[in-house]
Amino acid sequence: MLAQLTNFEAPSVDWWILAPQMILVGGALLILLLTSLSIRKIPSWVSTLIAFAAGLATFVVAMFLWYDVQDHGARSTLAGALGLDGFSLFFTVLTALGVMLTTLIGDAYGSRERMAAPEFNALLLCAATGAIVMAAANDLIVMFIGLESLSIGLYVMAAMHLGRKVAQEAAMKYFILGAFSSAFFLYGIALVYGATGSTSLTHIQSATLTLEVRGTPPELLFVGMALIIVGVAFKVAAAPFHFWAPDVYQGAPSPVTGFMASVAKAAGFAALLRIFFVALPGEVTEWAPIFSGLAILTLIVGAVMAIMQNDVKRMLAFSSVGHAGYVLVAVTTGTAEGLASALFYLFTYTFMVIGSFAVISLIGWNDGHDIGRYEGLARRRPLVALAMTVFILGQAGVPFTSGFIAKFYVIQAAVDDELYAMAVVAMVAAVVGAFMYLRIVMTMWSRDVEAVDAPPLAVSWTTGLALFATVAVTLVYGFIPQSLIGFVRDAVPQLVAGG
Amino acid sequence: MVDTIVFIVAAVICLSGAFGVILARNPVHAALMLVMTLFGIAVQFVALEAHFLAAVQVIVYAGAIVVLFLFVIMLLGIDVSQSLEIGAMQSQKIAAFGFSGAGLAILGFLVNRVDNAATGRPPVGGAINDRTTNVSQLAGTLFDDYVYAFELTSVLLVIAVIGAVVLARKPTRAQVEAGGESEGSDA
Amino acid sequence: MEVTESWYLVLGALLFIIGGTGLLIRRNPLVMLMCVELMLNGVNLTFVAFSRMFSDIRGQTVVFFVLVVAAAEVVVGLGLVVAILRRQPEATADDLNVLKG
Repeated sequence: MLAQLTNFEAPSVDWWILAPQMILVGGALLILLLTSLSIRKIPSWVSTLIAFAAGLATFVVAMFLWYDVQDHGARSTLAGALGLDGFSLFFTVLTALGVMLTTLIGDAYGSRERMAAPEFNALLLCAATGAIVMAAANDLIVMFIGLESLSIGLYVMAAMHLGRKVAQEAAMKYFILGAFSSAFFLYGIALVYGATGSTSLTHIQSATLTLEVRGTPPELLFVGMALIIVGVAFKVAAAPFHFWAPDVYQGAPSPVTGFMASVAKAAGFAALLRIFFVALPGEVTEWAPIFSGLAILTLIVGAVMAIMQNDVKRMLAFSSVGHAGYVLVAVTTGTAEGLASALFYLFTYTFMVIGSFAVISLIGWNDGHDIGRYEGLARRRPLVALAMTVFILGQAGVPFTSGFIAKFYVIQAAVDDELYAMAVVAMVAAVVGAFMYLRIVMTMWSRDVEAVDAPPLAVSWTTGLALFATVAVTLVYGFIPQSLIGFVRDAVPQLVAGG
Repeated sequence: MVDTIVFIVAAVICLSGAFGVILARNPVHAALMLVMTLFGIAVQFVALEAHFLAAVQVIVYAGAIVVLFLFVIMLLGIDVSQSLEIGAMQSQKIAAFGFSGAGLAILGFLVNRVDNAATGRPPVGGAINDRTTNVSQLAGTLFDDYVYAFELTSVLLVIAVIGAVVLARKPTRAQVEAGGESEGSDA
Repeated sequence: MEVTESWYLVLGALLFIIGGTGLLIRRNPLVMLMCVELMLNGVNLTFVAFSRMFSDIRGQTVVFFVLVVAAAEVVVGLGLVVAILRRQPEATADDLNVLKG
């Protein structure tokens, strides 16, 4: 029997492609080892520092690989399971930045709310690994495991505030619906496997060209695609699969909500874009109508429902649903320009939303997020109010912020593809949504308020740094978006078959 | 003929178990019904020549996962676990109808279309052959095509371990105070 | 009648539908988790049936990964259930302390 084993030839490994994931997981393991092996209690900033350093190292390695890919082309490793291309590196960079910002915000929040810092940071790094894998996977099963790593990490992170029952009930809801949607995604993979005979994106791409020849019923692939879309639509909170979002965004700790709204959403879209733009571009007439329906519904629900909320976290939850709608408009086009605009949108939104939730985490002591708390914030802490104003106006799409360019870019891509109806809906949704955003801004800057009974707002230097960075990015790309546009245009997904 | 009888008997076991899971009021009964379904599926795996998976199905699913369920039910007590409820989601019932309707539509399509497809299709790779055993073929793909997925499951398990440790911890007083839910008001 | 692969596909789809419907109509998180297991088992059966149809062993390998994912999900889900119920008696004990002094 042993003789058979000698015939086995292991697939070759390109360690550079694995480096970002290995750094993140290594950081998580280092945190766990230090915490469990040390005799004295380790201060919480140590794990924050390790997680931040892991994020930074991932960022540096990804930028290094980015120039390598631009010069030498895309490649893949481990029997073609994992790809390295501009697209995967774009999301690696995005995830690394999201991790760095979230650790900075989580540090102050964690010490105020007595949240266990080592576990928070270790889970953050593991979940981020899942997000990167989703963007880089060349195989649907690898993508599924990446999705599950991200989701299961987030379920636990959402419940991490042990002192709050609301958070744990929200996490339970999130968990049940997340597991439900994962089952959809997996069933979709099974049907696509049945239609094409493989789970590898490279094989799926070539198999779709010969479907008729082999007598596969086309509906099999179509139903599989629809189930995959439903599964991911839950994760990115697109209507009508968004109903978990308000409760969960409200219940989860604010830094976790920021991570959920930025990195988890971006990773979901990365998976969608990779499956549909790269592996199934030939079926665009089949999947584009599904996306356009989702996009229009999501835009409307996001804009209308946000107006009716009085809790800032719930407002931003619905606003986050609306933002998913804009990205879906970009996805519907199916063009290279649509892809670039989707990436641009996700990149800029990441900074705005993490920044917003950083401010929310400062103000939401005792877990209250009523809009009344923001009254007269400008008088008490003008800089914090100014930062929040930038994020809110950016999300509303006011000129000279990156949010304006992002919305403009998406609508332009839709118009270029002659999707006029969707472009109109997107513009109307932006106008309706602006009402809610302006309400927050007006509340913050209103003059005639009595003294609010609130403990003094302590802004730690880590949160301050995160706020400064997110404001800077939002404004800089609002004035000079060219460099980012060049970046997203070069972030092309490519399939490279395994050797 | 024997194939047909085996299939039908196992399918009846699977489906009655599945209905038992969703209809049983007592979670212990639901867990035992789940074992029945899992066992029926193991029989189907044998019929589909997936012998190793059939063994794994019984050992891991029925043996470990269901026991975990039963263990938690015992930890909580039957009464508590029976009355356990989470808040209803918006329009959950409508969703249930929509879901089962859409599911049955897919099912009707499967009955009609798939049968005559895919016959005589050449295998894409990793073909099943008779010369090596089921286990060594599985091992071959596990450590070749899917080696990265295999390594990645370690990350998943690390997350599950951290999650279990975090969630099993009792909240400290300081945490409850920081949580802002005044004690005794809503608990 | 001869048993073809599509019989297994139909059984898998039925299990998926029953599990999904059960998840939507039940409120008990423990039973909802079991319904997720039913759905995943329906998918497993689908994978193995396709694997036989194509004589492709990889459809069977996938089932391993589903198994690991299911186990991880169950651990976290049950952990959440326990965490939620832990809070109940805990709060009462705190109340007693407060009243005493």
